[in-house]
Amino acid sequence: MTAPGEILSPITGSVFRIHAAVGDAVEVEQVVAIIESMKLEIEVESELAGTIVSVLVAEGDAIAEGDAMFTVQ
Amino acid sequence: MFQKVLVANRGEIAVRILRTLRELGIPSVAIYSEADVGALHVELADEAVLIGPAPATASYLDADAIVAACQASGCDALHPGYGFLSENAAFAARCCDEGITFVGPSSEVIALMGDKIRARRLVASLGLPIVPGTLEPVETVSEARAAGAELGFPVAIKAAGGGGGIGFRVARDPEELEQALASSRSEGERFFGNGEVYIERYFDDPRHVEVQILGDSTGNVVHLGERDCTIQRRHQKLVEESPAPTVSADVRSRMTGLATTLAAHIGYTTAGTIEGLLVDDDFYFLEMNTRLQVEHPVTEAVTGLDLVREQLAAAAGQPLSVTQADVRTEGTAIECRINAEAAHKNFIPSPGTIERYSEPSDARVDSGVRGGSIVSPHYDSLLAKVIAIGDTREEATAHMIEALDEFEIVGVATLLPFHRSLLRTTQWAEAGTARDLISDRDWLRATA
Repeated sequence: MTAPGEILSPITGSVFRIHAAVGDAVEVEQVVAIIESMKLEIEVESELAGTIVSVLVAEGDAIAEGDAMFTVQ
Repeated sequence: MFQKVLVANRGEIAVRILRTLRELGIPSVAIYSEADVGALHVELADEAVLIGPAPATASYLDADAIVAACQASGCDALHPGYGFLSENAAFAARCCDEGITFVGPSSEVIALMGDKIRARRLVASLGLPIVPGTLEPVETVSEARAAGAELGFPVAIKAAGGGGGIGFRVARDPEELEQALASSRSEGERFFGNGEVYIERYFDDPRHVEVQILGDSTGNVVHLGERDCTIQRRHQKLVEESPAPTVSADVRSRMTGLATTLAAHIGYTTAGTIEGLLVDDDFYFLEMNTRLQVEHPVTEAVTGLDLVREQLAAAAGQPLSVTQADVRTEGTAIECRINAEAAHKNFIPSPGTIERYSEPSDARVDSGVRGGSIVSPHYDSLLAKVIAIGDTREEATAHMIEALDEFEIVGVATLLPFHRSLLRTTQWAEAGTARDLISDRDWLRATA
């Protein structure tokens, strides 16, 4: 399944690690980033399969629940 | 006693310590970060000092800023609470150098017990039981393989400076060792500045039981019985109770004997906890926490003592209010931790704003929040603790259920629904283990 769209942050916190770069192929449920919130590292799983076309956040950024982190095509 | 005491913490434990200071008539100073402007602990203190921006490293972990706040406000003592700098030996030494009494053990004792490998060696050298495992740091994968082969899989890989589930990995077979070793070491370095790791036999579903200790500078060391903290998620406690429901008089006497022997040996002069694993009737030393525990109220509820008051007295060079012969426990107490987390979504944290907040009328609630409070993503998820008592475990459970049903928190997800369901399960009534309770996904899903 391939669908264009965005990978959203599941939680408010800060971006700890980004595990995907522009051009990478991603699968559904693949961990693409880690967000640190309330002293925990929360894995961000892609809900989409496709190719990363842009990375919208950087490590260390503050992020809110629902913010777009990647666009996928 | 002291002229003025700074509480170097936030949330429910800062509020808890401030209450005792007020009861003792000791002026108090709170510290707060930019994220905690308007927080409950700030309002309840006699004075408050802004110490920095929201990230803990720039505020609640900033030793320079905290020492400066002590000096500027004229505090002669500092209570560290739990977490943050409470088990930081360098910080305790710094306070001492600056003429500020650190309400806790000496920096030497903090350093000794904070190094879990040294602590294990010491306990073993006293002839007391430790969880089987290595007594030296494990450096290489081949050393880890050898330890695993000797102990039998699964094994736990733990950071020597670790705690609270951080730097803790389980390897189910030799293939998992390399990754587990690397993760444990990296978390140890990142969170505790110590990359040393050790390996223990991993018990899959043990009971976590701990003994509360109090000591003073006259050499009096007492234990206040035990707490069972078996119900955990991600190696962090969710429910605690005292007395432990499955412990016989013989096991209790061995556990408390181990705890008082160790505390007396190291000349312990404040509140502390000796944690262990109970596997059938075998009790093994796990680690010592040289500070007040989150779950101290269950011990207060069954003994009638105020542990913060005892800590302050001991820090001021006064004797404890009790000897071992004076310590009496009565009934059962249970504590439920009300975290801002969604249990049905794998306990994901839930930062946000508390829109409505109403506490139960008939139970002790230690809380750091109220209606309108902001639950910041910068700190841990513990909002409040409910403590219920009863003559029996059944009665305490019934009181806890009433209190939980009455407690209302709206605006963020909390563990209230989880605890309401958990305390009604037959597994809880039968004192089941974490696997019995948390792994039973059927009732957990129903807590949405």
